[in-house]
Amino acid sequence: MSSATAVSEHTPVHHSGESTGVTNAKLGIWLFLASEIMLFSTLFTTYIVLRLGAASWPRGWDVLNVPLGMINTFVLITSSVTMVMAYAKAHEKNLKGFQTYMSLTIFLAFVFLINKGIEYSAHFRHNEFPSTSIFHAVYFTLTGLHGLHVIGGIIVNSTLLYLSKTDFDHPLFLGRVEGAGLYWHFVDIVWIFLFPALYLL
Amino acid sequence: MAHEHQDSQAHKSFYSYFFSTDHKVIGLLYIVTALMFLLCGFMLMLVMRWQLAFPGSPIPLLGRILSPSLAPNGVMTPDFYNALGAMHGTIMVFLGIVPLGVGGFGNYVLPLQIGAEDMAFPRLNLASYWFFLLGGLLMLSSFILPGGAAQSGWTSYPPLAIINPGQTVWLFAMVMLITSSLLGAINFLVTSFNLRAQGMKLSRLPIFVWAQIVTAFLLLLAFPPLEAASVLQLMDRIAHTSFYLPQGLVILGMRHIASGGGQPLLWQHLFWFLAHPEVYVLLLPAMGIVSEIIANNTRKPIHGYNVIVGSMIAIGILAFVVWAHHMFISGMSAVLSDFFLVTTMIISVPSVAILTSFVFSLRGGSIRFTTPMLFALAFLPMFGIGGLTGLPLGLTVTDIYLHDTYYIIGHFHYIVVPGSLLALMGGVYYWFPKWFGRKMDDTLGKWHFWTSLICMNGVFFPMFIQGLAGQDRRYYDPMAALHSVPTQPLHVVSSAFAGLLFLSQIPFIYNFFHSISHGEKVGDNPWQATTLDWACPSPPPHGNFTKPIRVYHGPYEYSLAGQKTDWAPQNEEVLA
Amino acid sequence: MKQYGWGLPLGASSYAGSIDFGIYLIHAVMILIFVIWGVFFTYLLIKYRKKTGMSARRDEAHGVVKSLIPDIIVMVFEIVLIAVYAIPVWSKIKIDTPPSGKANMVAIEAQQWSWNIHYPGPDGKFGKTDPKYVHFSNPIGLDYNDPAAKDDIVIANELHLPVDKPTIIELTSMDVIHSLFIPEFRLKQDAVPGMKIPVWVTPTKTGTFEISCAQLCGMAHSFMRGKVIVQSQADYDAWLKSEAPKAAAASVPASEAF
Repeated sequence: MSSATAVSEHTPVHHSGESTGVTNAKLGIWLFLASEIMLFSTLFTTYIVLRLGAASWPRGWDVLNVPLGMINTFVLITSSVTMVMAYAKAHEKNLKGFQTYMSLTIFLAFVFLINKGIEYSAHFRHNEFPSTSIFHAVYFTLTGLHGLHVIGGIIVNSTLLYLSKTDFDHPLFLGRVEGAGLYWHFVDIVWIFLFPALYLL
Repeated sequence: MAHEHQDSQAHKSFYSYFFSTDHKVIGLLYIVTALMFLLCGFMLMLVMRWQLAFPGSPIPLLGRILSPSLAPNGVMTPDFYNALGAMHGTIMVFLGIVPLGVGGFGNYVLPLQIGAEDMAFPRLNLASYWFFLLGGLLMLSSFILPGGAAQSGWTSYPPLAIINPGQTVWLFAMVMLITSSLLGAINFLVTSFNLRAQGMKLSRLPIFVWAQIVTAFLLLLAFPPLEAASVLQLMDRIAHTSFYLPQGLVILGMRHIASGGGQPLLWQHLFWFLAHPEVYVLLLPAMGIVSEIIANNTRKPIHGYNVIVGSMIAIGILAFVVWAHHMFISGMSAVLSDFFLVTTMIISVPSVAILTSFVFSLRGGSIRFTTPMLFALAFLPMFGIGGLTGLPLGLTVTDIYLHDTYYIIGHFHYIVVPGSLLALMGGVYYWFPKWFGRKMDDTLGKWHFWTSLICMNGVFFPMFIQGLAGQDRRYYDPMAALHSVPTQPLHVVSSAFAGLLFLSQIPFIYNFFHSISHGEKVGDNPWQATTLDWACPSPPPHGNFTKPIRVYHGPYEYSLAGQKTDWAPQNEEVLA
Repeated sequence: MKQYGWGLPLGASSYAGSIDFGIYLIHAVMILIFVIWGVFFTYLLIKYRKKTGMSARRDEAHGVVKSLIPDIIVMVFEIVLIAVYAIPVWSKIKIDTPPSGKANMVAIEAQQWSWNIHYPGPDGKFGKTDPKYVHFSNPIGLDYNDPAAKDDIVIANELHLPVDKPTIIELTSMDVIHSLFIPEFRLKQDAVPGMKIPVWVTPTKTGTFEISCAQLCGMAHSFMRGKVIVQSQADYDAWLKSEAPKAAAASVPASEAF
């Protein structure tokens, strides 16, 4: 089964036929990200429509913990940098370097989630739930879905970290790291839009 | 290893069927599963049709079996009627036609037609099937889960959908089905762009493949908004948010406890942003199949290849800017309606272009009236009726009166049932020899065709008259409104034909299963077709092609002058 | 003309005629197109059926242009239809609502599963409503502390209108989405909670017509019906006067109750 997969994922490399020249994995990730962009644009549109139609809308900084959000923004941006470094190390075939930077990326993702958890629990302590107001509904749903994407990233990155022990020299490994990197940057970019939209505007 | 025993046809276990990553096995699984779901959705409608024909009288047979909460004394309750309606729509669209046209035919035929060994991501392909199957079973099982099935229509407009029972399961199932479609779409696109055989330039792709490409793009870009919208509705139901609920609702005399601040119309915009492209998802694969069958059975190239492909792409793009023509009377800005009126009329232009190209393809042909050809030919006038009746609905002014009447039901059923579904059935007859190396029986096939065609018209045509008389849709008791009393006999006509339509599927079901083992054995290319799907053995082995494939020319080179045969396969060089 | 039959119902509003015109015209054209197309289609099927010794003839390269002719005809028809018919008539019906000063005013608050018809009374002003006052004796939650509410009349499922005078109906819903459909008026408009949507109509015939709900609204959707009673101005005024004491009576106990 796995060899069948490997062969057809391989195909563009040895494929004598017509193709775009982009590897399957990369094309697939880009298409996946296109659908993700549609998903988050819909959520942002919802945010705009609801905000425009709302009788009142709180200032983000009155309700949310801006310093924590700020720290989280830095954490995610840093993790994007470490992700790039991990890819660079994989490119250099430096296993130790790859593993170090990948672990750092995963670690930072956990830091982000823990921060988010602290924020959430503070809200819950103050009796602020998604049902409290339309602002809270938007805040919890958007950051919650983003959080799920972060968890998804942790799973993908951890899998790669685990596989690097055995599959580091596999011809498809670098492509997989690149795909994971593209996804991780996307998750980062979504947060870079979310942070000002919810906390600062 | 899994594919070792896939290669030996004789020893197929349950495991190798349901967990095979071979696109052909997955394709057939999709086809059989989708056909079963179609039958299921159809049977739900038969139960509803009883209530419509004879409102308030006990359902024969079934009435005794159903629990008293659904049908006390054998008479269905309004809630059960609404549940049947919502589930009929959902099952037919998301579990029937789309999986059949895209998951089934797309999976089986597309890799063959481009000369690929398999899909780009075989394991992802298997995952899509399983998401589809589990989502579908979850959707069906909602009838027996606490809360019952969804009963707010397949459109699930809030606030009704938020206060009605059953909706949570519907939303979870939808999220699974959407995931399945998204994975499938990515797979189809990568496969068609990256795995084409040598010489298979984009301009040489069969129209079926183009139809699948446009469909995949529609699924990829239109489904995520519905996924987001479903998540928001789920939040409204589970976390008691108010994305779709305004302030101060009073439901049956009780104040609804919710923060408010949301907008009911937001759902409609997000829903139709998917659901209009979805209409083309239902239609385009059928058009692709019709192109293949018509070219093959007229023995000449399809007329206006570029026009058809260009029109399909145009439809794919325009499909994203017509959604609000479903909302002319929703309370949306009346000026905005004018914009959507114009885009709607524009999108009819490529549709007409495709239809006329098909008709002109007949001219000069040598038409063989094979069973698949009958289905493909019937698609043309049926799609024509469906398209024409869309005109007074797409026009803002006349839509005021016809909106939400039986007229719209007649319209979209003509597009989907005697249109799409008939073409898809034709596809089953056309590719059956490829799947099993045997043909389906022609006599039974022709019986199936004529009875289905007549019955489908008998079911749906009366709806136009009822719609003009003002009969509102989704009515549990069609006699409740005085203006629909005179046309009530037409409900009896529709229902009678629906019953006959059910009976006329029996020859098909028998023919299908009987022919798998007993059909007439035919060679690899019984239709003398040109595309690559006929250049491999029937059924194709794992990896599909037994020899390296190279493509020399376009897909429909029939009746070339100075050749021995009247077809020139894509993988054979034409020597003058 | 019969009120209901197998065709369009009786037309009884100022714009019913222009909507009917569109429906008839489009259907005439549709049938014409379908018949011409059908004849051509059948001709092709018979003429080009498979015959022994005859093989298919491939199209010439320039044939494609010819096949676009039907498209161009359809396109021209649609452009004319949009520009001359759809946009102007749509504006008349949906955008150019008559000025509220000159029109008769009614509000309809739909609920599961009835139409609460709310008349402003002699003062011509609608009283404020608030969900907290909703009570079986006060279905729309009129706030009787508001002086404008004291003379308001609320009746379930009975819409009285004066003939030949424009009426603006302010449509909203208290719970889910409903749709006000009066077939004789060719009037249909969704009632959306949280939105006040004005629709207008000038009835041209007296008589009793039907209100039905055109948007799925739950269990009793099909039974959510009402009556429209179009009367002469004199009859309408007399009816309003006869209802006034009921309004006064309704306002007293309810305001004491809170």
